[in-house]
Amino acid sequence: MSVRTGSRASQTHAQSTAEVPPAVVGRSVWALAWRRLRRDRMAMISLGVIVLIILLAIGAPLVAAVTGHPPNQQYRTAGLSPEGLPMPPSSKFWLGTDDLGRDILVRIAYGARISLLVGVVATGITVVTGAVVGLISGFFGGWIDSVLARLIDVILSLPFILLAIALVSITGPSLTVTILVIGFFSWAAVARIVRGQVFSIREREYIQAARVIGVRPWRIMFVEILPNVMAPVIVYASLLVPVVIVTQATLSYLGLGLAPPTADWGGMLSDAQGYYTTSWWFIIFPGLALVITTLAFNLFGDSVRDAFDPRAEQLVESWGE
Amino acid sequence: MWGYLLRRILQGVFVLWLITVAVFALFFLVPNNVARTLAGRQATPKTIAIVEHRLGLDQPAWKQYLTFLNNAIHGNLGYDYYHQVPVTHVIGQAFPITLSLALGAAVIWMVLGVFSGVLSAVHPRSVADRSVTGFALFFYSMPSFLLGIMMIYLLYYRLTLAGITWFPAGDYVPFSQDPKSWAQHMILPWFTLALLLAATYTRLTRSSMLDVLGEDYIRTARAKGLKERRVIYRHALRSALTPVVTQFGIDIGQLIGGVVVVETVFSLPGLGKTAVDAINQQDLPVIIGVVLIAAAAVVIANIVVDFAYAALDPRVRLA
Repeated sequence: MSVRTGSRASQTHAQSTAEVPPAVVGRSVWALAWRRLRRDRMAMISLGVIVLIILLAIGAPLVAAVTGHPPNQQYRTAGLSPEGLPMPPSSKFWLGTDDLGRDILVRIAYGARISLLVGVVATGITVVTGAVVGLISGFFGGWIDSVLARLIDVILSLPFILLAIALVSITGPSLTVTILVIGFFSWAAVARIVRGQVFSIREREYIQAARVIGVRPWRIMFVEILPNVMAPVIVYASLLVPVVIVTQATLSYLGLGLAPPTADWGGMLSDAQGYYTTSWWFIIFPGLALVITTLAFNLFGDSVRDAFDPRAEQLVESWGE
Repeated sequence: MWGYLLRRILQGVFVLWLITVAVFALFFLVPNNVARTLAGRQATPKTIAIVEHRLGLDQPAWKQYLTFLNNAIHGNLGYDYYHQVPVTHVIGQAFPITLSLALGAAVIWMVLGVFSGVLSAVHPRSVADRSVTGFALFFYSMPSFLLGIMMIYLLYYRLTLAGITWFPAGDYVPFSQDPKSWAQHMILPWFTLALLLAATYTRLTRSSMLDVLGEDYIRTARAKGLKERRVIYRHALRSALTPVVTQFGIDIGQLIGGVVVVETVFSLPGLGKTAVDAINQQDLPVIIGVVLIAAAAVVIANIVVDFAYAALDPRVRLA
């Protein structure tokens, strides 16, 4: 599972402070990227949608309070038809009920918490692990680099979904396991990007200068080099979030998500699959929630990439089937 | 070049060996209840012990591993725990199904992806470009299982209700038995997989074409009066396809090892579904067999990609 981002996001060292004419203000890469992002209409719309989804997740208990339906409460009489089938959207259940007579709207709101939590935390773990391994590998070189580079190759050639299923079936499904499994299989791609960047940066004069005046290696790595490889990492991370959200939903769909009463979008869709002939709302609404979320993150990620490297019209690799 | 090939193959074998160790270690980390399941509910500990002995599960893990390794080197991947069928046979049954799915989908996604990408790049920022890019992003954001369910709902269920029975919802008919029925049963799975992947290829082709179309030799080709169609398809597309071919190799390698989700949605008993079932039953020999095939497919695809890259781009040297 990996995202491929622009390989040419190499303007990381463009941080030059002009001193002579006082009218020119030195802007960092970050300030420039943010300026471009703010002018990008699509970026602001998708950011707005993301903020709405975050609010939905935070406000899930509020949604439950307004509708009066706790997420795991089964309404066996009001929420199910006489034949025991889900009820269509109505004034009582705005988005209908599921196969156990639970309120779909409330469960979508609670499901947003899972998707966002996994999306953000797993991406964070992936990026931090990948960046540290990539830094060490690229900075020290030699046998350390050989070993780590080989390890990266191995991880990248593993059949991700199969091994994820095997791991989860052994440990039993849980939120922590899902996050760790996704992180474990994803960090290698980040490490490879960072390693490549570090290779080109570590020979620069200012790094040699730092060595000469006796700066400690870890300080050079994290203080001198790291900030200069952050741009491609940020771009990669913003495109990784939707991939992670889809992966989590897929694991849930395959029955490796979370223990049953917990509401999460992949699990809801897995339950809904048996009811597509009778209850379209059961499948459409969680499906829409999932697609809108990933679409918003993808649009935003594309804009972040363009903001950091306006030249790069780049590609995103599929997430391992 | 031969030295390079040899080194890559040795590295690949090393990766495969690591994977067998990892899967074995994972399997023996938790107590398995294969023998208990096989012996039945009423079985006495003695019966269970006999079953364990017959399967070799009473041996220490390292000994079982060595036996496996020795057999594997001789082309025998063992027997599945439940029906005593050779694992090579189980894989042989599932492989044509996965291959049908992956290759059929590949044709569709390459045609869709490359042509929409070219269309997009030739008229950047046009209505066509914007709609192609939008569609691509939509399918890219779509989880495969959701697209599969939607396909079944709209093209199987709704159409069948409307009296149009063009698309069956799943099941596999071997090509040798009835080619027409084979294709008909595969259409929905093919398009599910193809639409998801085509999105990547559209984006890839578009960006690569945009780069190439800005090159000097394209201006030269136009300046000497070549037809636009010839400039685009002969001159530009040819070199723009290099990254597309790379991506294609990687994707095909991954898919041939099992298309877990699409196979599950359409209940196609290919490698992916076989593996998922085996994992649920703790059927170690089958799990290892399929994971090995899947990893081997990726390793081989990567090597082929490197060589294809060198063939397509004369600047690349393999060393």
